[in-house]
Amino acid sequence: MDRIPILRMGPFLLVTIQTDLYDRLALSLEADLVQMVSKTGARGVLIDISAQSIVDSFMGRIIGNIASMCKILDAETVVVGMQPAVAITLIELGLELKGVYTALNVERGMELLQSKITLPTEDTEEEE
Amino acid sequence: MPTDLSKILRKKRNDILELWMKQQLQDEGLREDLISNVELREQSEELLDVLLKTLTAENLTHAHSDDFEPVIEILSGISISRAKQGFSPRETGVYIFSLKDALLSILQAELKDNFQDLFQLTLGLNKLIDHFSVNTFETFIKGREEVILRQTDEIAEISTPVIRVWDNILALPIIGTLDSSRTQVVMENLLQEIVDTGSSIAILDISGVPAVDSLVAQHLIKTVSATRLMGAECIISGIRPEIAQTVVHLGIDLSNIVTKATLSSALRHAFTMLQLEVKKVTFKEK
Repeated sequence: MDRIPILRMGPFLLVTIQTDLYDRLALSLEADLVQMVSKTGARGVLIDISAQSIVDSFMGRIIGNIASMCKILDAETVVVGMQPAVAITLIELGLELKGVYTALNVERGMELLQSKITLPTEDTEEEE
Repeated sequence: MPTDLSKILRKKRNDILELWMKQQLQDEGLREDLISNVELREQSEELLDVLLKTLTAENLTHAHSDDFEPVIEILSGISISRAKQGFSPRETGVYIFSLKDALLSILQAELKDNFQDLFQLTLGLNKLIDHFSVNTFETFIKGREEVILRQTDEIAEISTPVIRVWDNILALPIIGTLDSSRTQVVMENLLQEIVDTGSSIAILDISGVPAVDSLVAQHLIKTVSATRLMGAECIISGIRPEIAQTVVHLGIDLSNIVTKATLSSALRHAFTMLQLEVKKVTFKEK
């Protein structure tokens, strides 16, 4: 079975979904991601869905779930690169992804994550 | 042997045309501003020729016969083009009915000794032309509806422009009531523009919206939510006091949305969000 790669970028995890996210793949992504957050102690998760042209209510819920789970594990979630059609579909489905941060592209998403999180390493460096 | 109507009419073709044209030109409602006499004559000639060609002794009493396809086609063309040119329904109707008058008066002159046939043929011709008239009206209305539909589309298209007021700031003045289909257009335009320009703030100006009811508010909230999903912030501006009143009376919750009274205050807010500052510069003479 395919797996969606989860890349580590410092204190953040980067997930780029390039294939069609069918239901089982979404569920395994959810499990993998939560494991990874807990293992690496990541402070932020960035999910790039710019390649997704179709989204269903299930996927919307999975994204919402991922955000809630990460929040419990003390990591913020940013969804980036949503296509206009996808945004309209989600709104029409009544899924507003509350509690999920959004940004236009990966670059903006990273900026947003950095602004949301005060990194402990920088603080200690300053203290030294 | 009953008299063959088509033969009489074909023989008298030129007389009919002349009489018909005379009647049309005498009519006070003639629209010389919309159609020239030459053009009118050509149009009438074409219609009459096709009618005379298709008309036979058999199909006179069968108005729905397929033989009349070409006549109906020409009539439809005439009435649709008249609808688009701005003729009134009365003028279009008079055009067809004056043809009937011309046909009947020629027929009367030809058959003045044969009352039996005259009566039969007049009745048949009457029915046929009436059938054509109904058809003409139908297509006339269809033509008008097409015009209205096109205008509606155009209004929907031009009434929701997306303006780049600043780097990373889009403004979208909404003029007219927001219904479901317009919300869709507004949303699509706005979201696409956000992607194209990479803007992070959108200002939705509703000073051109006459009234906000719960449905309109719901559409507004939808648009704001969709903008948020794209990763941009949405500000609603141009809220008039009456609209603020109705919104509160209807119990619509807009507390999660940044709202401003005017476009300028929304722009100021956007500048603050982007950490921009606008300063008045005084030039000193050297």
